Amino acid sequence: MSFLEFAHISKSYPGVQALSDVSFSVEKGAVHGLMGENGAGKSTMIRVLSGDQHADYGDIVIDGQVQKYASTRDAFHAGVIVIHQELQLVPELTVAENLCLGRFPANAGVIQSRQMFAEVYEKLKSAGIDIDPRRKVKTLSIGERQMVEIAKAIMLDARVIALDEPTSSLSSRESEILFALIERLRAEGKVILYISHRLDEVFRLCDSLTVLRDGKLAAHHPSLDNVTREQVVAEMVGREISNVWGWRPRAIGGTRLKANGISGEKLGQPASFEVRSGEILGFFGLIGAGRSELMRLIYAADPRSSGAITMDGKAIQPADPHQAIRSGIVLCSEDRKHDGIIQGRSLEENINISSRRHHARFGILNPRKEVEVAETFIKKLKVRTPSRKQDIVNLSGGNQQKVILGRWLSEQGVKVLIVDEPTRGIDVGAKSEIYEILYQLAEDGMAIIVVSSELPEVMGICDRILVMCGGRISAHLDRDQFSEQAILAAALPDKKTPDAIAS
Amino acid sequence: MTNSFKKVLLGDQGLVVIFVLAFALVSIFVPNFLTERNMLGLLQSVVTVGIVACTMMFCLAARDFDLSVGSIVAFAGMVAVMASNATGSIIVGILAALLCGAAVGLVNGVVIAKFRINALITTLATMQIVRGLALISSDGRAVGINDPNFYQLALSKLFGVPTPIWVLLLLFVVFGFVLNRTVFGKNTLAIGGNPEASRLAGVNVDRTRIWIFTLQGVVCAIAGILLASRITSGQPNAAVGLELSVISACVLGGVSLAGGRAAIAGVIVGVMIMGIAENVMNLLNIPAFYQYIVRGVILLLAVLLDNLRSSALGRR
Repeated sequence: MSFLEFAHISKSYPGVQALSDVSFSVEKGAVHGLMGENGAGKSTMIRVLSGDQHADYGDIVIDGQVQKYASTRDAFHAGVIVIHQELQLVPELTVAENLCLGRFPANAGVIQSRQMFAEVYEKLKSAGIDIDPRRKVKTLSIGERQMVEIAKAIMLDARVIALDEPTSSLSSRESEILFALIERLRAEGKVILYISHRLDEVFRLCDSLTVLRDGKLAAHHPSLDNVTREQVVAEMVGREISNVWGWRPRAIGGTRLKANGISGEKLGQPASFEVRSGEILGFFGLIGAGRSELMRLIYAADPRSSGAITMDGKAIQPADPHQAIRSGIVLCSEDRKHDGIIQGRSLEENINISSRRHHARFGILNPRKEVEVAETFIKKLKVRTPSRKQDIVNLSGGNQQKVILGRWLSEQGVKVLIVDEPTRGIDVGAKSEIYEILYQLAEDGMAIIVVSSELPEVMGICDRILVMCGGRISAHLDRDQFSEQAILAAALPDKKTPDAIAS
Repeated sequence: MTNSFKKVLLGDQGLVVIFVLAFALVSIFVPNFLTERNMLGLLQSVVTVGIVACTMMFCLAARDFDLSVGSIVAFAGMVAVMASNATGSIIVGILAALLCGAAVGLVNGVVIAKFRINALITTLATMQIVRGLALISSDGRAVGINDPNFYQLALSKLFGVPTPIWVLLLLFVVFGFVLNRTVFGKNTLAIGGNPEASRLAGVNVDRTRIWIFTLQGVVCAIAGILLASRITSGQPNAAVGLELSVISACVLGGVSLAGGRAAIAGVIVGVMIMGIAENVMNLLNIPAFYQYIVRGVILLLAVLLDNLRSSALGRR
């Protein structure tokens, strides 16, 4: 019998039908995958499940009971716990305090610390989570914090646990620990809703799968026995994607940007490299290897303590991003939310923020031009939005990324485009669209630097790869030398270096 | 409440609708409200708050804060009077006041943007320093204006409307334009929306913030000069508590304290609502002590309405 059932769920936002008549059910003791492109309605589904948003129509049924909750609190009491991508822990408190928040074991208002720590220690141990409950959350790695979130769900006796992209910022070792924990929860008879872009994980973990597309149910697989990956991808994008990468050879010109001995506060050892016109250069490495730090130094987002940069043979000394842009370097940051989008402002303003200097006269805007530029790039980059006036926070991650690309493509005289994790949290369909844009830019002579933690991605789209490890460039490979072993061997710190870098 | 009425109230122009309704109601029910004399008096009474609100809007939109405005208004008034008394030239007095206002604003801006000191703390400090300067320069006494022509700044009329009101209207138009139609205005809103992303998008954040505070200083000086002219002297204790009225008016007008959201129409409505409330209470002979309570209640209601509006738009 199904334990969790979504019945005819519909939900609309101003200008968007986010979900229309979606129904599916999940068995007890099953891990159920929920897949779909960005904007397909996964997040809305989770919001409705968690009581954060109300469906316009339809019901959620748990264990035969129709749930009518007015808030996230009610969902919580019904045993539904959603673990979001942004974790909700208090960094200054200990693990145990976080886990007992709201229901401290107290005597006349005084917290019984010893009892609390002992209780939490037992719980963590029985769940197979190896974290000291006395540590402050701020000292934990992202993977460990995720474990704490799951432990919270266990302690609250959740019946339904939804995980939204849980592995997006985990190392592969941390992911393994997470998977083991999920297996254990399944064995205990919990219902687990697993939202992910990663086909490998879904096929490995899930018993059943639902695919959403454009707010509608695209497919429901009660079992994954006879389902292929290609089939799921096709269901997600609504068409066959033969080759995600689509790399093709192209003419590569002379040296565009040359960086010599660049170092800064967060990058102690000087790094040197060059990138040529028309070339797509990949930077691969584990998190913390220094790739993003190096790129931020080139873009002058952080101050350089040493190093020289030449552009087309001429020395340049950008002191801040403002100057870097004017010498032809632009950067799409890794952290879209913090460093990319301007919250509360429209797509139009987000696109024009830098390039309006080309059409504003004496500091006065040219509204007609602004509209034109915004419309051009919304169309060119296939940004899915009801209007250019839409607040950018209402867009899905992939569409936000396209808007930020639009911001830089509308600039004139860009010679070097640096994209840091260009497809993080972005679905297959939008990924190949973004790659195609990069190829076209390279064909027009731009030099492109792609920073990525996804090995298949750098191998798939780059002409050349530099591998970074522990703050220095550890290998240099041309396309015909690409191999997973060679790249990974250069990216992994040798046995003498602490393992901390990997986590 | 019917559904469509609710929609209008919670829509973008909700505050304007409330303002129009309130205006119509008091026009009908409060005797002597809708007379030319009272209307001009009402506008006169909001000149100082209105002028300073123009640039406070930029400050708040960029996620900053300026508590020093009241002190700058008083100080600039003192400077204008003393400099024109000393030199015998009103022009020199005005220029000196504008320069002093700009200088205080510049100091605020540089300390906040370059030395990364919290705007609240910085302007709390300059608020006291500048008030101190105003008191020291006259030994704590009011300084009378020597040249009667100085009075004309506030007394002269154009088409029957006093000059300060024209100045206020002009500044509303100018700063409305600057906010919506210039790179400076858009950069201000972007900084308020996400300062780090704006910096990485090539916006010169420090320079923009310094400009905002400098402009604020200049605009406060304008308000100070007009105020001095109206009260016929430089008063070191003038405009105490002005910062709170101005910030209230801005917030009432939908300017977000979290930055990134501002509109001149809202600020005008905010200023007018505060002015009308006070004016009506005066006409109805409500004692001044109660007026504090009413002002506070209006502010709370406006913020609650704003909150309702954002949750009606979806908490995304």
